[in-house]
Amino acid sequence: MIARPTPDGPAPLLRLRDVRKTFPTGPGRRAGRRTVLDGIDLDVDEHRCVVLVGSSGSGKSTLLRVVDLLEDVDDGQVLLDGVDVADPWVDADAVRARLAMVFQSYNLFPHLSVLDNVTLAPRLVHRRPRSDAEDAGRQMLARVGLADKAASYPDQLSGGEQQRAAIARALVGGPELLLLDEVTSALDPELVGEVLDLLLDLRAEGTTMLVATHEMDFARQVADEVVFLHDGRVHERGTPAEVLDAPQRERTREFLRRLR
Amino acid sequence: MSDGWVPSERARERAAFRRAQHRRALAVAAVATAVVLAAVVAVVTTAPGWERAREAFFSPQRAWEVLPEVAEGLWLNLRVWVVASVVGLVIGLALAVLRTSRIPALFPARMLTVLYVDVFRGVPVLLVLLLVGFGLPALRLEWLPTSAAFLGGLAILLTYTAYLAEIFRSGIESVHPSQVAAARSLGLTRGQAVRKVVLPQAVRNVTAPVASMLVSLQKDSGLISILGAVDAIRAAQIATTGDYNFTPYVVAGVLFLLISIPLTRLVDAWSARQGWRGSLRGVSGAGVVR
Repeated sequence: MIARPTPDGPAPLLRLRDVRKTFPTGPGRRAGRRTVLDGIDLDVDEHRCVVLVGSSGSGKSTLLRVVDLLEDVDDGQVLLDGVDVADPWVDADAVRARLAMVFQSYNLFPHLSVLDNVTLAPRLVHRRPRSDAEDAGRQMLARVGLADKAASYPDQLSGGEQQRAAIARALVGGPELLLLDEVTSALDPELVGEVLDLLLDLRAEGTTMLVATHEMDFARQVADEVVFLHDGRVHERGTPAEVLDAPQRERTREFLRRLR
Repeated sequence: MSDGWVPSERARERAAFRRAQHRRALAVAAVATAVVLAAVVAVVTTAPGWERAREAFFSPQRAWEVLPEVAEGLWLNLRVWVVASVVGLVIGLALAVLRTSRIPALFPARMLTVLYVDVFRGVPVLLVLLLVGFGLPALRLEWLPTSAAFLGGLAILLTYTAYLAEIFRSGIESVHPSQVAAARSLGLTRGQAVRKVVLPQAVRNVTAPVASMLVSLQKDSGLISILGAVDAIRAAQIATTGDYNFTPYVVAGVLFLLISIPLTRLVDAWSARQGWRGSLRGVSGAGVVR
C-alpha cells in the first residue's frame, strides 16, 4: 500500500475529491457512457453523519458503492484516513473489512441462519474463533432486538427484522464507517420506524455514517450535513436546517416539494 | 383458536357443496381411467399377433428363469452408476467453478473446459462410447484398464460430466450479484465469497436438474452393453439368443423401472422440500385454492 500525501489539513476519516464515475449505456464496445458521478467532493469526519438526498438516479447509491470499493472510479480520489483507496494497488478486501454497508434489499444470505449471517465475516475475515464470533454475534443481535431470532433463517423474518439483522451483520466487525443505502425503502411503512429508531441509537453512540435516504424527517434527526445530489453533482449542501428547511436553489426546492 | 365457534348455515352449505364436488371429481376420474384402460387392453388383445407376442415377450416361466442373470447384470449397471455419479458430481462442480473463476493462471484450463463441454455435449453418447471403447485400448497404455465396463463407464462419465458442469454453471450464474456485493462488502475475498455464499446457493438452486440428470445416468448406464460389458441389457440379449424369446428384455426393462421410478419420486419429494430457503424466490400466487 502506498500512502499518498493528503491534499490539505488534517484528514477527515473519509474524503472524496473530484470523484467521477460513468457506466456504459449498453452492451458492447461501441455503447456510449452515462455519467453518474460528475466530480464529487465530500468529507465525513469521525463520529459525524452525512446524509445524501436526491431523486432516484442522482448517484447516491453509486457514491456509496464507490466508497465501499464495490465500483471502480473513472477518476478522482477516495481518501480513507488519508490513503487513496481508489488506487488499484491498495488491498480492497482489507479496506472493505474496515467499512460496512447496509443495502436497500437487505442482501442477507438466505442459506445461512441469522447468527451465521452475522458471524460469517468475523470468522472468515477477522479470523476469530467460532465461539468468540458467536458470542459477539449474539450480543449484536441482542443489540438490534433479535436475540431470539439467532437460529431463524432470513425468509422466516419480517422485512424490518431482516434489515435489523443486516445492520447487526454490518456492525459486528466494528466498522469505522457505516454506509446505509436507502435501508428503509423496501420496508412496509409500519416497519420503517423500528429500523430508523435503531439507526438513531447508533448515531447517538457516535457511529460515523454516510447515509442515502428518502426519509427527510430521519435526515433532519441524524444529519450533521445534508448533501443534495443532482445529476451526479453536489447541488447544495449544508446543515439540515439550511438544505431541507431553507433550500437556496430551485432544484432542491422542487425535489423537496415533490416529496411532500 | 376460536373457541365455541359453530359453523354458520352458510359455511355448512359451502362444505357440503365442496364434498359433493369432490365425490363427483373422483367418479369422473375413475370412469375415465377405466375407459382408457379397457381401450388399451381391447386393442392389444385383439391384435392378430397377440397370442404369439404374449408368448415371446411375457412368458412368466422364462422371466423367472432369466431373472438371476439379468439381475446380476443390473448389479454392474448400479456400480457404474454410483461411481460415475460421484465422480461426475465432483468434477462437474469443479469445472463449473473453474469456468466462472477469474484467476489469470487458470486461463488455459478455462479454455480447455469450454472446449471439453462443447465437444461432449455436442457428440452423441453412442459415438463417445464407441470412440472411447475402441480408441483408448488402441493406444496400448499399460496402466489403463481395458475392461468393457471400465471403458463404457468412462465414456458415459465423460458425457454426463459435461452436462453436470453446465448445470452447475447455470446454478452459479443464478445467484444474484447482490449476494456477492454483500459478501465482498463484509471484506470476504472473491474466493471466500464463492465458497461460502455463491456455491451453497448455486448447488441448492440446481438440485432438481442435477438429480434428474443422475436418474438419466442410471438409465444410460445400460449403454455399456454396446461394448460387450455384461450388464442387465447384455445379459438379457445373451438369454434371447437360444430360443428367440424376448422376455428377458422385458425383465431388464422392469428392473430398470423398479429403480428409476422410486428414484424419480424420491428426487421430486426431496427437491420439493428443498423449496425452503433455496433462494430469494418469491412465492406470491402459490397455493391458489380455486
